[in-house]
Amino acid sequence: MAEQGVGARHLRKEDDRLMRGRGEFVADIRLAGLQDVAFVRSPLAHAWIRGISIPPQYKDSVFTAADLDGVKPIRAVSGLPGFKISEQLVLATGKVRQVGELVAMCVARTRAQAEDIAASVELHLEELPAIHDMLQAREKKSALVHEHWGDNVFLETFVDVNIEKAFDAPIKVTREIRTARQSMAPLEGRGVVASWSSRLEQLTVYTSAQMPHINRTGLSECLGLDHGNIRVISPDVGGGFGYKGILLPEEVCLSWLTMRRGHPVRWIEDRRENLSAGANCREHHYLITGYADRDGRLRGVDCEATVDSGAYSSYPFSACLEAAQVASILPGPYDFEAYRCKTWSVATNKCPILPYRGVARTGVCFAIELVLDAIAREAGLEPHVVRFKNLVRPEQMPFDNITRKHFDSGDYPEALRRALAHFDLPALRARQARGERDGRLLGFGLSIYCEQAAHGTSVYAAWGIPMVPGHEQATARVTPDGGLELRVGVHSHGQSLETTLAQVAFEILGIDTAKIKVILGDTAVTPYSTGTWGSRCMVMAGGAVASACREIETRARQIGASLLQVKAEDVTFSDGKIMSATSEVSMQDIARAWYLRPQDLPVNVHRGGLEATIGYKPERDSGTFSYAAHAVTVAVDPELGHVEILD
Amino acid sequence: MKPVNFAYERPRHLDEAIGLLGDESAQTKILAGGQSLGPMLNLRLVQPDLVIDITALEHLKRAEKMQDSLVLGACVTHADIEDGRVPDVTNGAMRAVAAGIAYRAVRNRGTLGGSLTNADPSADWVSALAALGAEAVVRGPGGTRNVAVDNFVTGALENALGFDELLEAVRVPAHSSSAQWGYYKVSRKTGEYAHAIGAVLFDRPRGVFRAVIGAVERKPLVLADARVLFGGSTNFAQFDSRAADAMLQSIGMRDALDRQIHTVALARAVRQASGA
Repeated sequence: MAEQGVGARHLRKEDDRLMRGRGEFVADIRLAGLQDVAFVRSPLAHAWIRGISIPPQYKDSVFTAADLDGVKPIRAVSGLPGFKISEQLVLATGKVRQVGELVAMCVARTRAQAEDIAASVELHLEELPAIHDMLQAREKKSALVHEHWGDNVFLETFVDVNIEKAFDAPIKVTREIRTARQSMAPLEGRGVVASWSSRLEQLTVYTSAQMPHINRTGLSECLGLDHGNIRVISPDVGGGFGYKGILLPEEVCLSWLTMRRGHPVRWIEDRRENLSAGANCREHHYLITGYADRDGRLRGVDCEATVDSGAYSSYPFSACLEAAQVASILPGPYDFEAYRCKTWSVATNKCPILPYRGVARTGVCFAIELVLDAIAREAGLEPHVVRFKNLVRPEQMPFDNITRKHFDSGDYPEALRRALAHFDLPALRARQARGERDGRLLGFGLSIYCEQAAHGTSVYAAWGIPMVPGHEQATARVTPDGGLELRVGVHSHGQSLETTLAQVAFEILGIDTAKIKVILGDTAVTPYSTGTWGSRCMVMAGGAVASACREIETRARQIGASLLQVKAEDVTFSDGKIMSATSEVSMQDIARAWYLRPQDLPVNVHRGGLEATIGYKPERDSGTFSYAAHAVTVAVDPELGHVEILD
Repeated sequence: MKPVNFAYERPRHLDEAIGLLGDESAQTKILAGGQSLGPMLNLRLVQPDLVIDITALEHLKRAEKMQDSLVLGACVTHADIEDGRVPDVTNGAMRAVAAGIAYRAVRNRGTLGGSLTNADPSADWVSALAALGAEAVVRGPGGTRNVAVDNFVTGALENALGFDELLEAVRVPAHSSSAQWGYYKVSRKTGEYAHAIGAVLFDRPRGVFRAVIGAVERKPLVLADARVLFGGSTNFAQFDSRAADAMLQSIGMRDALDRQIHTVALARAVRQASGA
């Protein structure tokens, strides 16, 4: 058997179907009697709803908030002190607070007909001033997104670690930095198919999601249904990026609708909905001051950071995760002794934010790196010299930084050295001094970061949001023919988990990866999990699969030794075979004994058989820290502002 | 993003197409490459009763080189021009413009006539054909009429077609061998619509001194005699960006950055034309 274990070059198992166009995404699902839904969405960012006119011929096909008896709003509360709660009604009533907010749900035989009905519904809206700027929104005189709050701030946080120690530094630089709002655009948008089975008394929700178990918990809360009455299935998912790590009002609406109407219903997000009404991220404002000595040593960082959180707190990550992340990761990979950071998570009339890849990292990295560049300029030093002066050194690892992040390992200066090795900096400086013939300006940029992943219980318990990851579980089950099923609660939407988790199992059990089936994305057949987010799957689900496979190995040894008529401690296990000094049995023989010929088993055989569900959590759950250094040469066209990456 | 319910016809003869246009009470849209109309239908920005697909009309795919001009049927695609499948009378100018339009997938289907009648101010042909001094050949029930492209495009997304007319072809005058052409498009991303377009054609033997500033939220600014931008001269070195800036101000472009991008586009087109 060719090497298939961890680190082996292995064709992706899932590609056989995905590359042949045989994947099954939510929009591919066909159920008998399926009808399509189109939503009437708010065309205004902020308005009172004074009325909704539904043409009489469509009154049985259009549903508004008034119809949704017993459906609770989406609430994503944070336990951080002072957090203000937003109630996101799944169909708006009273007020709309963002463009694209759902106001009415229209159902018909086809999506086109549903859109015809939606176009005939008339909204009577009284426009209110749109709160579009997070800094103005913080001011006292601003209009309010949520009236009863008294202001527009979801949450303020404050941390001060000896900032006064930095005040006597000879260099002080201040920068005001803004990052533009981003919206995620996975190839496959969101989509929901919901159906009700009266036989099972079960709602089945097919949804393009990263965290099916969390969606199920959210649906249970909003619909008042027991978990046992809800099954969430995420089939093939075409890209996640955090965009699919959220409980959608559409999921709640369609769940209610299928129970009301008795037939399956479907909503497939189109690109217009994705771009205008879908989740956003990363709109930050920094007022940041760096203190340093003349030799470039960073003495302290003082920052006021504002994050535009949009209109509502999304479930489960909440409206404050991004700003809270800003405060905790702004120091980056640097070692300094004075720090102060105040953050505001501000409500505006925009789409709610949710955590997009490396939550807040890009903005934070941009801010701290520009400050280091400013210090370098002020000190008359090369930017890399200032960075070398301040990076956490390998001999300091593991290192607890100023915000108590536990950097587990790494050689950050080496990463920077390797990046710099690709450039001839003195030659570039000389070329800059000469100037370009075409009038463009050359620039050299550096950026270094370290990134926490696989955040564990202690980290998330501190945020106090609806979701805290605990032990990640996996079920390993040997099948009667000696194959292996792995059931995990995380989901795969491009990460190759069907391949890589099989490789982990191969590493331990030696079962051919072609005979290992990785089952994901279905709450009915996988262990509960917070799902796929925060670069956690390989650490957490990989650890769980390894743990479960080790347990299977122990039990297989016991059965195998019995079949070989030797003691369990006298057998070895390799290449999927149990061997004694003279003979061997395969996993197939062992599986056959357990499932088909139990009369061959020892009397004291482990009653769990060849199936084990084991949880995994690293001993220290503060997360892993990866890191990288980037360097770039760019040419800027000063007349048009265009930037070209040269190297 | 589903269109409204509409009727669809794919006539085999031009007269049949003209006949279908004749009912003024029906909202009719002509479909050629569909690269703009498709999304507009799906976004319900247009809600026609009838879509007339003209891609079966062979007459609209013709390319005819005359003594002093080239006639290209409305359904000639950007890719036909880019790949040289149709003749050229512009010393390669049209080929270069075509190659810079959107993405190859769009160029494969998108048509010269569709782009011009759609009259998006940021589209390449709207500015380029005006700079080339081209004419639109308009076909109606009574026959054809020719309209200069600068008059054919009457505003943003507006053209001079009557309800019963369609664009049959575009006639492009032939350049002399010494013609000087420059075309510069400002786009931040490959394939996106232009933020600004500058185009210049100095064809001295023919006495042509044209310039266009395009992508201006209205019909392009066409200077049939562009010498005013060169201090009254025909010397490229005399290009006066302040004169261009003043013209942009006069058509209501208030944002200084916007004006700068447009004057830079024109200045770079001039530099190209001058061969510098």
